[in-house]
Amino acid sequence: MPWVDTVLQGLLLGGLYALFATGLSLIFGVMRIVNLAHGDLSILAAFLAVVAVETLGLGAFAALVLVVPLMAALGYGLQMLVLNRLLGRGILPPILVTFGLSIIVQNTLLEIFSADSRRLDPGGIETASVSLGGQLAVGWFPLITLAVAVAILAGLQLLIGRLSLGRAFRATSDDQETAELMGIDNRRLYGLAMALSLAIVAVAGVFLGIRTTFTFASGPDRLLFAFEAVIIGGLGSLWGTLVGGAVLGIAQTVGARVSPGWGILTGHLVFLAVLLLRPQGLFAKARRVA
Amino acid sequence: MSFLRVRRLSAFYGSFQALFDVSLEASEGETVAVIGANGAGKTTCLRAIAGVLPVPAAAVCLAGDPVGGRPAHELVGRGVVMVPEGRRIFPSLTVEENLLVGAYRSRPGPWTLARVYDLFPILAARRRQPGPNLSGGEQQMLAIGRGLMANPRLLLLDEISLGLAPLIVRDLYRALRTIAGEGTTTLVVDQDVSQIMELAQRVYCLRKGAVSLEGRPAELTRARLAAAYFGV
Repeated sequence: MPWVDTVLQGLLLGGLYALFATGLSLIFGVMRIVNLAHGDLSILAAFLAVVAVETLGLGAFAALVLVVPLMAALGYGLQMLVLNRLLGRGILPPILVTFGLSIIVQNTLLEIFSADSRRLDPGGIETASVSLGGQLAVGWFPLITLAVAVAILAGLQLLIGRLSLGRAFRATSDDQETAELMGIDNRRLYGLAMALSLAIVAVAGVFLGIRTTFTFASGPDRLLFAFEAVIIGGLGSLWGTLVGGAVLGIAQTVGARVSPGWGILTGHLVFLAVLLLRPQGLFAKARRVA
Repeated sequence: MSFLRVRRLSAFYGSFQALFDVSLEASEGETVAVIGANGAGKTTCLRAIAGVLPVPAAAVCLAGDPVGGRPAHELVGRGVVMVPEGRRIFPSLTVEENLLVGAYRSRPGPWTLARVYDLFPILAARRRQPGPNLSGGEQQMLAIGRGLMANPRLLLLDEISLGLAPLIVRDLYRALRTIAGEGTTTLVVDQDVSQIMELAQRVYCLRKGAVSLEGRPAELTRARLAAAYFGV
C-alpha cells in the first residue's frame, strides 16, 4: 500500500511537470527555439503572484487572473521586440539570448525580492486531502494541479487540431515561407505562440509556488524537469508530455521513498534510460507541433 | 488601366542579378502567360510580384497602388496569391486542412471549400488524408485549390505542369479555364508552351532575365517564339 501511495503522489507531481513542459514544447514545435529562460519566467510569474497577493490582498488562485494575462503580454512583447530579430540566423542566437534573459530575470528577482524563499498561501487547500479508502489519501491541491494540466493540454490539443490559429501553427512549423504565401504573418504568429507558452508557464509557476517554497534561483531546475518531461514523452506529442511528466514524477517520488536523497537522481536516471533505449521518446509522432 | 503593372523590375539574389528591367501588364480578368527556358527568371518574376523578394515599391503596381516589396502575407490580404513551384503542400496537414490554411486571410469571393471540391472532386474524396499521400497531379490540384481559398484577385501559378503526365496537365488547364471564368486575373508560368498558348490572352517570353518577346498568342509564330525562347 505505501508503494501505491508513492506512485500516486508521483503521478500527481507529474501533472505539475507537464504544465512546465507544455509551453516549452509548444515554442519548440512552432518555431524551433529552445527557450532557456522558460523556468525563470515561471518563477517570475510566481513572484508576480506574491506581489498580487501582498499588495491587492488577492488569494493565490485569484492572482492567476492577473498573472496569466500579464505573462502572456510579456511573452508577446518579448517575441515581437527581441526574439523575432533573431529569426533566420541559425539556432545559436536564440539560445544565447534566452540564456542571457534567464540570468537577467534571476538577478532582477534577487535584487527586488532578496534571496529569501517564498511561498504562496492558497488558504488551507494545500493541506486538505481526500481519502481513497484504506490508508490511501491524496491532497486536493495535487489533484487540482493534475486536473488543470489535463484541461490545459486538452484545450491546447483542440486549438492546434481544430482552430484556424492551430492550423497556422502547424503550417508555419512545416514550411514557413509557404505559410507566408497563405497570408500568415509568421512574426505575429510567433508572438501569439510565445504569449500562449508564457500564459501556461504562469499557471505552472503559481501552482509551484503553492506547492512548495521557491527562491529567485528555482528556475533552472524547473527548466531541466520540463526538458526531461518533453523528451521522455516524445517531442511533438501533447499527451506524451503529460505521460513524460508523470513518468518523471513517479521516478522522483519512488526514488525519494527508497532514500530521501535519491529522488531527483532517480528522475535523471530514468530520463537517461529513455534517451538510451528510446531516444525519440515514448509517444513520438510524425506531427511536429507540440 | 492595367490591374497589374510591373515596371522596370530588377531583382537580385545577393550580387547575382536575376531580372533586368522586366515590364509586364495584365488587365483585370486577363490570363497572362510567362514562358521561357530554365533559369530565364520566370519564378523570380512571380516571387517578386508575390512579395517574397525585396523590390522597389514602384516596380509592382496593383490597381494603381505601388505594392512592390510589401511582405507576402500582406499582399495576400490585397488578393495577390501565389501557388508556388513544387506544390509545397503542408505535410503534417490533411487535404482539407491544407485548403483551410489557404483561407487563413480570405477575402470575400466566389471560392469556398465546396466550390473547390466541385472543381477538383478527387480532393473531396481524399479530404481526410495527409497531404503527402496524394499523387503529384492531386497535389498540384490541392496547391491550386489552397490558393483559390484566399479568393485571389491576382493568382500567380508557378510551373503548374512540372513533372506531371499529359492527361493530368490537360485536366489542370481545364480547371484554369473555370478559374479564369470567375474573372480572376491569372499569371501562369509554365514550360509547356502548347497548352499555355491556348489559354492565355497575352504572352511574355523571358530569356536571361529580360523580356525577349511579348504579344497575343495568335500573333506569334512558332519561329518567333523559338527565337525568343532559345535565343537562336
